[in-house]
Amino acid sequence: MTLTTDDRLLYAGADWNFDTIQQVHDAIERIAVGDMGLDVYPNRIEVITAEQMLDAYASNGMPLYYKHWSFGKHFVQHEMMYRKGMRGLAYEIVINSNPCISYIMEENSTTMQALVIAHAGFGHNHFFKNNYLFRQWTDADAILGYLDFAQKYIADCEEKHGHRAVERVLDAAHALRTHGIFRYPRTKVADLRSEEQRERERHANQERIFNDLWRTVPGGDVQLSSPTSSDRRRALLQLPQENILYFLEKTAPRLAGWQRELLRIVRQIAQYFYPQMQTKVMNEGCATYCHHRIMRRLHDEGRISDGAWMEVMHSHTNVIFQPEFDDPRYSGLNPYALGYAIMEDIERICLDPTDEDRAWFPDIAGTPDHMAVLRDVWANYRDESFILQFLSPKVMRDFRLFHIIDDAAQPRIRVDAIHDERGYRRLRRALARQYDVAWLDPDIQVIDVDLEGDRRLRLQHRVLDSITLEEADAQRVLGHLADLWGYDVLLEEISAETGGKLKEHSASPRNRVI
Amino acid sequence: MHIIDRRLNPKGKSLTNRQRFLRRVKAQVRQAVRESSARRGVQDLEQGGELSIPREGVREPSFRRSSSTGIRSGVLPGNKDFVEGDTIPRPPGGGGRGNEGSPDGGGEDDFRFVLSRDEFIDLFLEDLELPDMIKQRTAASDQMVPLRAGYSVSGSPANLALTRTMRNSMARRLALKRPKGAEIRSLYEEIEALERSGRDPQRLTALRATLADKLRMSRQIPYIDPLDVRYRRFQQVPKPVAQAVMFCLMDVSGSMSESMKDLAKRFFMLLHLFLKRRYERVEVVFIRHTHIAQEVDEDTFFHDPQTGGTVVSTALDEMLKVVRARYPAGDWNIYCAQASDGDNTTSDNRRAAQLLADTILPLCQYYAYIEVGRSDGGPEPFGLGSRDRESDLWRTYRTIADRGGPMVMRQVRHRREIFPVFRELFRRASEGSPTP
Repeated sequence: MTLTTDDRLLYAGADWNFDTIQQVHDAIERIAVGDMGLDVYPNRIEVITAEQMLDAYASNGMPLYYKHWSFGKHFVQHEMMYRKGMRGLAYEIVINSNPCISYIMEENSTTMQALVIAHAGFGHNHFFKNNYLFRQWTDADAILGYLDFAQKYIADCEEKHGHRAVERVLDAAHALRTHGIFRYPRTKVADLRSEEQRERERHANQERIFNDLWRTVPGGDVQLSSPTSSDRRRALLQLPQENILYFLEKTAPRLAGWQRELLRIVRQIAQYFYPQMQTKVMNEGCATYCHHRIMRRLHDEGRISDGAWMEVMHSHTNVIFQPEFDDPRYSGLNPYALGYAIMEDIERICLDPTDEDRAWFPDIAGTPDHMAVLRDVWANYRDESFILQFLSPKVMRDFRLFHIIDDAAQPRIRVDAIHDERGYRRLRRALARQYDVAWLDPDIQVIDVDLEGDRRLRLQHRVLDSITLEEADAQRVLGHLADLWGYDVLLEEISAETGGKLKEHSASPRNRVI
Repeated sequence: MHIIDRRLNPKGKSLTNRQRFLRRVKAQVRQAVRESSARRGVQDLEQGGELSIPREGVREPSFRRSSSTGIRSGVLPGNKDFVEGDTIPRPPGGGGRGNEGSPDGGGEDDFRFVLSRDEFIDLFLEDLELPDMIKQRTAASDQMVPLRAGYSVSGSPANLALTRTMRNSMARRLALKRPKGAEIRSLYEEIEALERSGRDPQRLTALRATLADKLRMSRQIPYIDPLDVRYRRFQQVPKPVAQAVMFCLMDVSGSMSESMKDLAKRFFMLLHLFLKRRYERVEVVFIRHTHIAQEVDEDTFFHDPQTGGTVVSTALDEMLKVVRARYPAGDWNIYCAQASDGDNTTSDNRRAAQLLADTILPLCQYYAYIEVGRSDGGPEPFGLGSRDRESDLWRTYRTIADRGGPMVMRQVRHRREIFPVFRELFRRASEGSPTP
């Protein structure tokens, strides 16, 4: 065996330095942008240590975040798992911002760094920049600035009003985080940059119009407003309203200005993460597909050695490993595996379609430019619609998917559909539904409140498939909600099918001064 | 593309979050620390460790759909032999449905995490207190710290207080109307212009007179006068240093078994740990005794077997000797822990009691006597129902302890008793009296 150094090789060995990273990045960029036609934000690659990676984990991967005990909780949890070797660290964290920031760990070999750059710096990056959900909902240019503002604002509040007071509001807001999201686009596009400005102006305005005299004006004979009809009242309050945090921010009678601002911050950040929740399979599938194709091309061109290619394949197969349902390692469908499989299948359908594919996918079967098809898919779908549209019988057969129905009223679980001719469509529909956030998150809306009467806030949960709320948790969240609202709250669970009331929860505020 | 090296950025960005988390669950963590400390050795105590606390306090609730009601459906991979219409028994405990686990992962009853060593010891020693810390003497030598104390008119150039000096100078210049540089410059320029043009000789003369006047004034009134100069003044302040010496006295005669020594060792180490956190400087003196006593190093103290009779007063004598030679009671906080199985030559009891009551106790901040028993049955000094049958030394010492004074005594018979006994001895006064 002879050792030869090939001029075309980008690097040799596992050690890297900033020059090799730069070279690797440039080579990858040439393939990604030139050959695959990806459209990306400029990349910013930050090298961090394992310890810093743990830090980043605890705050949703964001480089800056406000302080809260729950992040500490996640930190100690990750730390223990990592120390015990129960869980490795992710190789990278990538942030949907402009420029697109990817963190890579110093311990990784050059090949791993290349893989990570292809995966995060081009795969995820392209997805963030082009997918319609991200374009509609997130403001990549301003997110870091906004987080910085949020961090400072909350630290400031802690100084002014005390840790406990701030923590109580944040606890309550976090509990309602999943219901602080606008699920339907509004006319105004998110503009996080102006948020700080808006807050400052509001504050300045308050200072300007402050007049101590108002305090001395005798109260008592409040004008009796004419009794408005309940319809008009609801219209004024924009009810029914599914964004509970928004409703509280605008309407809760007892909250101070800074408390409303905290709700707003939690709400804005939840909104920022909302597209990521809806595109887990697609996002990871896109990144995995990109890194695989890019690294394969590098290997084909002789830019990386056979050994490096083996290393790539090793981690690639680890990433897309899907244990079967009865495997002790099974913990749900692996989004990397599913996303990659479907995308690889789309490529196959384009380039080498079978009769079945022509019947199922007449639009794309046989299209010569598979990258154009994929780019279109990445731009215009989310997990639910993606699976509903592109999960092919072949992938269902490969995964040997089957659909079960677990009716609490029945003693046994029933197998509803399997990967056969009769089951394909039902199976696909059921799987798509599993990824529909509107179905995963319970549909809870504020329906009415009488601000001039007892001010009791009424909410409604439209129960689908008679799956009611987890009792203990619902009670806790409702307690938080009552604290924020300042008066009693009532949550009714109404069956969507029959309209009958299934359950009722209520809570009263625990402390008068949240 | 940019590459940024963040490896040198400060670590522990999550530290404040971690502290917030610990603060929130403090009560539960404290409880868990107590429980786990009973199970571990003293060396382990130094290492922090894994804790588990009830999940209740750290729950982050959200509206979730229940996992036990209604009609749920799921798509799973890896079908082996199911066909449509098959029915399967429900797996016990609702397992096998990975996507419905709790969001915290695991779904265990307890929340487990790791505490660092410092966090652990802090919590462990949290509500303990050293009794009688009055004698926090300031040691005489090299413990002075310079402290800023205003300004002085003399000092070394290095300590020149520039701002203060310039402020004084400016005040003086203003008050005495010293002409400014700019004024003089403009006079010069005007004179020069007049000289060149040759017009208005009258004004020229006047200007020259003014200039001469101003120049004289600025010579007479210096820019900076020695009067203005100030120096930063430092005062030497004695730095209070709390130092403590800890005497470990142990009977190493044949009747002390290895397990007894182990008990004693644990107690000594705990005390050392505790003192170390309260005093900047803690020295330890090991004195072992049989019928003779000697000061030894730690290793010899715990591991070197000795034979001989038991005369407790020899150890007390030795301790006194060391105190007189090296640790004057005025400068040192003296703590003493004695461990013994309770044996003593009967004739020595009186002398030991006398020595202790009259000489040693007045010197000490605290004197702890630990009588170790055997946990493993066997020929033990206390026999069965030993709490009733007291040893000679115990009886002797009790008369002293009953008279008051900084002395406590306890019996320890098993490793698990060490921590409770220790906690009892050093419990904060508000929680109950430390003396038996």
